[in-house]
Amino acid sequence: MSDRNRSFRLSRRQVVRGLLASSAFGLTAKLSTGCAQSPSSEGGAAADGSAPEEMVVGFIYVGPKDDFGYNQAHAQGAAAMVANVPGIRLVEEASVPETTAVAEAMRSMIEIDGAKALFPTSFGYFDPHILAMAEEFPDVQFFHAGGLYQEGVHPKNICSYFGYIDEAQYVAGVVAAQMSPAGKLGFVAAKPIPQLLRNVNSFTLGARSVNPDATTQVIFTGDWSVPVKEAEATNSMADQGIEVITCHVDSPKVVMETAERRGVMTSGYHADQSPLAPKGYLTGAEWDWSSIYTALGKDFMAGKTLMTDGIPHILRGGLADNFCKLSAYGPAVSDEAKAAGDAAIAGIKSGEIVIYQGPLKTNTGDEILPADQQLKADNVELETMDYFVEGVIGSIS
Amino acid sequence: MATEALGWWGVPLGILAGTLRGSVPFLLVSLGECLTEKSGKINLGLEGTLLMGAMSAYAVSYLSSGIVGPTLASWLGVLTAGIAGMGLGAIHGWLAQQPRVNDVAVGIAMIIFGGGLANFFGKPFIQPQAPQLPTLAAGGWSSLSQVQSALQISPLFLLGVAIVPLMSWFFKSTRWGLYVRAVGDSPDAALAMGISIFWVRMASIVAGSFLAGIGGASLSLFYPGVWTERISSGQGLMAVALVIFARWQPWQCLWASLLFGGAQALGPAFQSVGIDSYYYLFNAAPYILTLLIMIVTCSPKRTLTGAPGALGQSD
Repeated sequence: MSDRNRSFRLSRRQVVRGLLASSAFGLTAKLSTGCAQSPSSEGGAAADGSAPEEMVVGFIYVGPKDDFGYNQAHAQGAAAMVANVPGIRLVEEASVPETTAVAEAMRSMIEIDGAKALFPTSFGYFDPHILAMAEEFPDVQFFHAGGLYQEGVHPKNICSYFGYIDEAQYVAGVVAAQMSPAGKLGFVAAKPIPQLLRNVNSFTLGARSVNPDATTQVIFTGDWSVPVKEAEATNSMADQGIEVITCHVDSPKVVMETAERRGVMTSGYHADQSPLAPKGYLTGAEWDWSSIYTALGKDFMAGKTLMTDGIPHILRGGLADNFCKLSAYGPAVSDEAKAAGDAAIAGIKSGEIVIYQGPLKTNTGDEILPADQQLKADNVELETMDYFVEGVIGSIS
Repeated sequence: MATEALGWWGVPLGILAGTLRGSVPFLLVSLGECLTEKSGKINLGLEGTLLMGAMSAYAVSYLSSGIVGPTLASWLGVLTAGIAGMGLGAIHGWLAQQPRVNDVAVGIAMIIFGGGLANFFGKPFIQPQAPQLPTLAAGGWSSLSQVQSALQISPLFLLGVAIVPLMSWFFKSTRWGLYVRAVGDSPDAALAMGISIFWVRMASIVAGSFLAGIGGASLSLFYPGVWTERISSGQGLMAVALVIFARWQPWQCLWASLLFGGAQALGPAFQSVGIDSYYYLFNAAPYILTLLIMIVTCSPKRTLTGAPGALGQSD
């Protein structure tokens, strides 16, 4: 490889190295940018109070937008915001990992697209990425799905919004127990975090309100997206004669399809999965971001901001406030089960049904609540849940 | 049919079923890597090939099912996955044989490249449902639905098992097998014999990548039967490690693949009968197994028996 006589030619190694580096870089750059974004006109950012004519809103997802799961629920909400509120322009970026990549995604949405409100939807985006960006861009509003905002600690342009989706899981449990003669339910779970435990417990309590002997078998897969383990978990539940399976993983697609193939009934999560299991899909606990995002979009166009406290910093709610909803009942659901489900929805909306109502015990026999006490949905104690209620077969450790 | 609980019998059955279902990608990728490494080059990029195979198989099966019908479409998907694998293999084969280029480094680049390409083209195929490969029902003799479902055997599994003796025979008893072994063990001697090192290695890498591509197809068209960006979850890399402790023997690749496939079912099967502690440990079983076998079989004092002589040597 002597280049002595032709000093201006590149050696083959250099060319190969250059090609490799540039193609690898180009690909990763392309991937992390996701969708193409057209250069924007100045997104008419309003100074305090005055209503803007156009507003650019950015959404960032941790996975693909059409995964039948968490991200799809948010993406549908974003689409509804654009459709229902004139003047909102949407920029989106999918499959952004919870690393500095999300900080870069936010920065480019703000600086290049002129976004004035951002919805980085994944839980792990908050600390430190959203916090750092919120400090740096005090005139941009950040909305994060989760309960992490602390008054006085975090910048004023951050809002935490979150739904008590376990209320929908409770109703799903009621329907599941109605449809399961043996009362054997299954739950494919990713990791034992409080939010997931709350879903398992509410689902079980819903089921036991119908059939006091109903049980929920929990199988942990260990991570949010491990398709082979999710399929294995579903199969081993089917082997054990479990009659209704639900889940809390990033994308319930594998669980729903595998259960349908095994002839087991399913109850969905995150979004509507009825097309995946046309026979066995009963109902499902869905996020209803469409209504929340539409309301926020209208607030934006009316000139309300977080900085002037026009929009509250913590938005929470359950079935009654349209933060979540139930999938339409599948063809397998009996009229009796439908009636029970509708009654449970009405009971929760009116506040008649309190899910965590004493006497309540853990599945190891410890007391959670004495007979005369209850924990309402907005009680912060429920957000640090670290137990399974009686009726759940499984352990957290 | 009424589904009865199996109780403890569910554990061995679950592991058996998991073995039959989960071992297919391990088997095909490790056989492909076995062939590649016999010729003296490592192809770490098979993880990317697996993803690319899974994506292209799913996409072709979905897109062509309206034209040629679901059964043919899924087989068309398998073929496409193999061809996509060959494409990636050809890139690796050419790059890794350039002077003073490290094949491990190229392999890592190919993981990123293959995975990135698959994710990029796979975006529109995450949501739709593609027709799946037909399976052979070997459990018809049993009246238990659990047994019937456990014994749904994929034709790709049978293909993999059939390749094992074939590849073993190929290495031992054919002229071409000798060429591959010669190039892998002593390139200088092979060169003196008049064998083109470049083309033998190229052919081995491309053929190995073809098998890995089909392994990817089994992920998206058989089990678990979806296309997502996380579908391979490191199985391609594990299959590469598996070749090392299978000592580059096709038969041992088969046993090792079965072991790994079965190990994946351990955690869920135990939890379903109420052994719910230590599930992280059960889930980590395949990795712990890999580490243990690597520690047991590796020694700084001697080289691994069966290792191709030119493996890991730069030229």
